[in-house]
Amino acid sequence: MSLNRADVEKIAHLARLAITEDEAEAYASDLSSILALVEQMNAVDTQDVSPMAHPLHMAQRLRVDEVTEVDQRERFQSTAPHIEAGLYLVPRVIEQG
Amino acid sequence: MEWETVIGLEIHAQLATRSKIFSGASTAYGADPNTQACNVDLGLPGVLPVLNREAVVMAGRFGLAIGAGVERRSVFARKNYFYPDLPKGYQISQYELPIVGRGQVTIDLEDDGTKVIGVTRAHLEEDAGKSLHEDFHGMSGIDLNRAGTPLLEIVSEPDMRSPKEAIAYMRKIHTLVRYLGICDGNMQEGSFRCDANVSVRPKGQAAFGTRAELKNLNSFRFVERALRFEVERQIDLLEGGGKVLQETRLYDPERGETRPMRGKEEANDYRYFPDPDLLPVEIDDDFVAALETSLPELPDAKRQRFMEQYGLGRYDASLLTANRATADYYEALLAAGGGDPKLAANWVAGDLSGALNRDGIDIAQSPVDAGLLGGLLARIADNTISGKIAKQVFEAMWRGEGDADAIIEARGLKQITDSGAIEKIVDDVIANNPGQVEQFRAGKEKLMGFFVGQVMKATQGKANPKQVNELLRKRLS
Amino acid sequence: MYDKTIAELGAGLRAGDFSSLELTQGYLDRIRRLDAALNSFISVVEDSALETARAADERMKAGRAGPLTGIPIAHKDIFCTQGIKTSCGSRMLDNFVSPYDAAVVSRFREAGAVVLGKTNMDEFAMGSSNETSYFGPVRNPWDTERVPGGSSGGSAAAVAARLAVAATGTDTGGSIRQPASLCGITGLKPTYGRVSRYGMIAFASSLDQGGPMTRSAEDAAAMLQVMAGFDPRDSTSSEQPVPDYGAQLDADLAGLRIGLVQEYFDAGLDPAVAQSVRDAVEEYRRLGAEVVEVSLPNSALAVPTYYVVAPAECSSNLSRFDGVRYGYRCAQPRDLEDLYKRSRAEGFGAEVKRRIMIGTYALSAGYYDAYYLKAQKIRHLISSDFRRAFETVDVLMGPVSPTTAFRVGEKTDDPVTMYLSDIYTIAVNLAGLPAISVPVAPAQNMPVGLHIVGNYFAEARLLNLAHRLQQVTDWHKQAPAGFV
Repeated sequence: MSLNRADVEKIAHLARLAITEDEAEAYASDLSSILALVEQMNAVDTQDVSPMAHPLHMAQRLRVDEVTEVDQRERFQSTAPHIEAGLYLVPRVIEQG
Repeated sequence: MEWETVIGLEIHAQLATRSKIFSGASTAYGADPNTQACNVDLGLPGVLPVLNREAVVMAGRFGLAIGAGVERRSVFARKNYFYPDLPKGYQISQYELPIVGRGQVTIDLEDDGTKVIGVTRAHLEEDAGKSLHEDFHGMSGIDLNRAGTPLLEIVSEPDMRSPKEAIAYMRKIHTLVRYLGICDGNMQEGSFRCDANVSVRPKGQAAFGTRAELKNLNSFRFVERALRFEVERQIDLLEGGGKVLQETRLYDPERGETRPMRGKEEANDYRYFPDPDLLPVEIDDDFVAALETSLPELPDAKRQRFMEQYGLGRYDASLLTANRATADYYEALLAAGGGDPKLAANWVAGDLSGALNRDGIDIAQSPVDAGLLGGLLARIADNTISGKIAKQVFEAMWRGEGDADAIIEARGLKQITDSGAIEKIVDDVIANNPGQVEQFRAGKEKLMGFFVGQVMKATQGKANPKQVNELLRKRLS
Repeated sequence: MYDKTIAELGAGLRAGDFSSLELTQGYLDRIRRLDAALNSFISVVEDSALETARAADERMKAGRAGPLTGIPIAHKDIFCTQGIKTSCGSRMLDNFVSPYDAAVVSRFREAGAVVLGKTNMDEFAMGSSNETSYFGPVRNPWDTERVPGGSSGGSAAAVAARLAVAATGTDTGGSIRQPASLCGITGLKPTYGRVSRYGMIAFASSLDQGGPMTRSAEDAAAMLQVMAGFDPRDSTSSEQPVPDYGAQLDADLAGLRIGLVQEYFDAGLDPAVAQSVRDAVEEYRRLGAEVVEVSLPNSALAVPTYYVVAPAECSSNLSRFDGVRYGYRCAQPRDLEDLYKRSRAEGFGAEVKRRIMIGTYALSAGYYDAYYLKAQKIRHLISSDFRRAFETVDVLMGPVSPTTAFRVGEKTDDPVTMYLSDIYTIAVNLAGLPAISVPVAPAQNMPVGLHIVGNYFAEARLLNLAHRLQQVTDWHKQAPAGFV
């Protein structure tokens, strides 16, 4: 699969990365060559193979329901880019329910 | 053309755990912004989620209650999208393998019939934070206290055919989650939220129409209004030759209308994949067995039992079993000498509920507990006071003036059952109202009420009404 | 002094031959004097290092010292360190002072180890040459025109140049072993789940694993002893008991079966590197081991599979860097989307963005099955290859890297060529197995690493094999000229 500039722009938008037109061209070429590498996977028939998401054959451990964390707002917000009244500020959020 | 409405609901119930689904931060409502958002909730670099056992238990209880059971293996997946109230840029949810599979609930219809509504699935996920839109110099403020609160998303089949059915289903789920003790059901605080998928189709057509998704339905009243509006809108649109768009619409309670949501015009591509930070949740027989034994009597079963055991009608039984606290109160009342189950039911559904509503008090915190009310009902049953006097006594009890006997004694409210005393008053009333007596005897039967009223007035309501009636009839005939 | 092992330094400290303060001061001086040529540290924390050293000396006097107490080490800048900048080699986190400690960091803190600073690395651990760091490339102490390998290149260079006794690293596709190989040190990637990932900034969660980077296997055992163990804060942490790694270092190798992976001796392998590896294998034969050829038939698929799985996970893991709660935020965002897009575009470097985009694409609607699901299936095949191999042999051997260290800038223009640097190491991460890089005879005067892969939780066996080799060879004792 070879990607063109429009593909790259769509992907960059999904990933929320600003890219210039020149960059889009360069990424199109880089990503296409990476995909060519990746598509070597197609040489194998995996019809009857189950996917492996994880190297461990373990089940999820369950935590006891207890409150263990204390308020550390001041510490957590000490490196925040923009705060006010304990809130993280961002450019106005358009209603989204 | 005749149209048929098709509705499916997605209900988000916040699970009543102490700590969050993947962190040890508190889930308590109403704290100062970001004081209950720990490093995991904030999505700091390097943090990892660990699943809260109680969230799994609660989801499992729900699964058992709707006959779906608990899936032996379920998997958490990441739903990827950017939004400021979503700290990690993905929500941990369940996608292909939810913890609860297909189940069902039965709703009551208006015509006394019932209908089975299918539940497609219910899955565990984490709640997002909140964006506050008050003006911070043209910016929004983000509070992540809610981020990571466990949610059970309950997805119904598109089985409902009217807004009324949708409300009945929603109430049913609301009752159920509170019975199970897995959600406090508080819609104002957002503990119980609902989105609806709505479409219409010509009656008789098998294929579904194009649906709209309604969001922001955060009260029962809004749900019904929003659904009515949306159904009308779609029918008008179609009848006018237009087309329904598949879109997300927001309900505006102030204008009472739904409108398309801005900012969601682009199709979402959530790029779900299994969360590599979490392993498959595996449930064994022992876990399920423990859940089964811990399951309380469910609302349908309780209602059936109330009908059979106490001889109540379906309506009364439904009212009394609408929540666990009311049902528990009722049974405690009967145990406390509440006497006749029907009388007790009337009191709980009538005066008690009225007073609770008036003062905005939960039945569990009622100033007149089941023991006190039982004492009162016992005095009605043994004819110490009339039902009417009992209302006075109840109000006094509500104000904390003591138990029924003390109030009756202190206020001298004891019913006059001495027939000699009543006879004398009856005779006085007859003697003092010759005109009315003449009219009554001439056939104006209605005046009986007048005579009874006069006697009751003279006795300050303490005469036994049945006795008064009998004596009046005897004297006047 | 700077050639001593952890055990020797510990003995010296306990005997009062020198203090941790002196030792620490010595290392800090070396860093100040020598690191300008290498750029192996992003942060050096002199004050806190000296303070910890003093505390370690007190602890020593009180008789409560452990094997790592007072030993100056360095952490890869991927581990969160409370109160110390944790940049992950990125502009995105250049201003990020972590409010909490990673599990690994806490463990070393409790052990009384002295942290000299945080080592340079490829940005978010994405790279094989340490050239993608926002803080500039790291140089190989054996030849500063050459790369140290990556992504734990700072740790490898610092340990090789004796700027720290030992260091931590992380390995997602070879990021401990390849730089260890290129810098001539010992680097162990433990079994997935052996070392807690809590506080280790995630690149690809199902592949990432922290491990020690040291001058000897004996030191690696001492470091792993501190790092390994169950952590309830990491759902993927293993509850397997942790053995005494030091106790098995000298175990006999007679009858041990070594599988030489035939696919790893392919056309892409530098013949001189191949010769060094084969010579080392001969040493094992002399030590009593039996050597057989084995096949891992799906080896060629490891790199393609990895470049789906790792970017997919990274695309999601790196979404949290959005300029809202911490890290880089672009100047004067016009609106929310602009805040996201420019903060991320300006905060991340080119390689990170490439991988985010590849991963985003591999997970997107319509491509998930062809890329991500397919890769997960092949991952299963690759893992099965290893399982079958371990039915007949105890360990697998081969080269770590197809070549010795390449020149700075040599591969930066072609991402795919760079990706092939990890061709022999990647499969191990996909399967979750432990593996070690051990220095063997140099080729073209540059270090070469022997790759030993063990079965799940066989770290003690790998350390044993590495240690036995290091008792009959002295490649691991060589120091680069200028850093003696």
